[in-house]
Amino acid sequence: MTRAAAGGGAGSRNGAIVSIERLSKIYRLGGGEVRALDAVSLAIPEGEFVAIMGASGSGKSTLLNILGCLDRPTEGAYYLGGEDVSKLGDNALSMRRCRFLGFVFQSYNLIPQLTVLENIEIPLFYQGLLPRACRERSRVLAERVGLADRLDHRPTELSGGQQQRVAVARALANDPLVILADEPTGNLDSRTGEEIMDLILGLHRQGKTIILVTHDAKVATHAQRIIRLADGIIIADERREEGPDVVA
Amino acid sequence: MWLHRVLRTVRLGSKSLMLHKLRSSLTVLGIVFGVSSVIAMLSIGEGARWEQEQEIKRLGSDNIILRSVKPPEDRSMNVANEQVIEYGLKYDDLAQIRQTVPTVRGGVPARITRQEARFGETAIDARIVGTSPEFLKAVNASLDAGRFLAPLDDEEPVCVIGATIKGKLFPVEDPLGRDIQIGMDFFRIIGVMSVGGGATGAGSGVAAEDRNRDVYLPLGTMINTQGDVLIRRSSGSMEAERVELHQVIVNVSDVAQVEPSANSIRHILSRNHAKQDYEVVVPLELLRQAERTQRIFQIVLGSIAAISLLVGGIGIMNIMLASVTERTREIGIRRALGARRQDIVVQFLVETIVLSTSGGLFGLFLGISIPLLVQHMAGMRTIVTLTSLLLSFCISVSVGLIFGIYPARRAAALDPIEALRHE
Repeated sequence: MTRAAAGGGAGSRNGAIVSIERLSKIYRLGGGEVRALDAVSLAIPEGEFVAIMGASGSGKSTLLNILGCLDRPTEGAYYLGGEDVSKLGDNALSMRRCRFLGFVFQSYNLIPQLTVLENIEIPLFYQGLLPRACRERSRVLAERVGLADRLDHRPTELSGGQQQRVAVARALANDPLVILADEPTGNLDSRTGEEIMDLILGLHRQGKTIILVTHDAKVATHAQRIIRLADGIIIADERREEGPDVVA
Repeated sequence: MWLHRVLRTVRLGSKSLMLHKLRSSLTVLGIVFGVSSVIAMLSIGEGARWEQEQEIKRLGSDNIILRSVKPPEDRSMNVANEQVIEYGLKYDDLAQIRQTVPTVRGGVPARITRQEARFGETAIDARIVGTSPEFLKAVNASLDAGRFLAPLDDEEPVCVIGATIKGKLFPVEDPLGRDIQIGMDFFRIIGVMSVGGGATGAGSGVAAEDRNRDVYLPLGTMINTQGDVLIRRSSGSMEAERVELHQVIVNVSDVAQVEPSANSIRHILSRNHAKQDYEVVVPLELLRQAERTQRIFQIVLGSIAAISLLVGGIGIMNIMLASVTERTREIGIRRALGARRQDIVVQFLVETIVLSTSGGLFGLFLGISIPLLVQHMAGMRTIVTLTSLLLSFCISVSVGLIFGIYPARRAAALDPIEALRHE
């Protein structure tokens, strides 16, 4: 029902699936004001692979939290799938995360007491899918990321690269509008990091919208578009015409 | 679908609890003991109640029992004087009660002595009761074989024996028609009483008599053969006493009239007797008194159970709070993946309820075995009722619910961003 309200899931504003307008996030600390984000505007069309770069303190985490519906902006608007979600309450935001967003974290963030399959099922469970359907879908997803033989393993029995594959499968479980990846290769060695990037590029090729946050320039070069943040404002927004397949 | 969700949450909760088996099992001990003491309390209470009911039924709740009691001040005197002491209820008392108390329907007199009953080589100590045919009905007893005393038996040498006497003197043969010897006289057995009337005693405030060792004679026969003066020889001294009636069971027409009638009877007897050489036993009053005692007993046990459930609940809450802190990151992950606050509340609440309910189930088994043990060791009757099992199960679920709310709300209130960052 929420998907319908958002315009059939592919709803957009000015052709953008994610669109922010003069977005600010202000923290009040001990009397002073810190503008983590200062009137940032950005539009990401469907199917784009965007990398957001910036040093720590540049506001990229804040932006990611807001884009991920985990936080609300102080000012400005955020259109996700054409719907302004910047003023929604906690439950409504949970619902948007549940339906439209997929997360991949730096530290995988799998739940240790659950198996691979059960971890992938979590978003489906909160969507209210029947257990049988959950099981089937998570099995398909696990196969898609190449973990068909690890279905009943616990995260602790997997390598870092395998854990991140589970996390990618989990991010795909609800067939999200946008996948948000926060330093997905940060904890991996360069070779496994490349494998995960290949997986993410593969998703991009299948038409997924991907927002990747990183401070690693090498990782960012995979993206079609690189946005650089510093002190809460966008200082650069470049499109790479040569495409994502060229490795710098 | 809703059910699937709950089942899945329950499964998930059990899984998380099983990660810390020792911690979880230590945590539920309080609930285990709380629930088992609730069940034990209720079943012991129920057993005591049942036992009292049986005894009251045996004494008859519409009966008033008058007994002769040797007045205390005479006891030391008579040994030295060696004279016949006279005390107790008189035939005249019974006659007067019958005439003046209109609610009294009948009075069953009884003379009681202790003597040996003998058949052939075998002998048994028996209580010899001389009484009237109405006795059977007054004490709600029944017969196994033959018949009870009839009006025409008066002054005839016949008797009715109790079950223990029959077992001892006539283990195989049919006692009916046989003669047993009591003192110097022989009495023909015309009936055998059914088993019952054994006072198990413990835990109950009402003392009923053991009727299995009784031999019943017609009152007239007893007076003719034994006279009014009873002589008891014991270790060199001799005691002689004259008692007309040892016991009178007064039957009242209506249970509501028992207490007023008892008061009238007390009044009559106190006028007729200078000394307190009788007692008036009202089963109904004893029942009330027993109920009061039992209520105190239940309040004590109930508070013990309540305290241990409270302590158990606090223990559970403590562990769940620790668990919430430990699993902050999991909460953050779940929130990021779309869990609403209430999903987190439900998850932790279900986990707490699973914990307390499993404690409740263990308590249930322990609670069923404690009364069995008590029954075996202390000889107290216990009755485990379905109600008590259901009640204690509900209590354990609600302890989980009550003490789970706070930790669950704490978990749900966590900021997802903070929780994700938590190490």
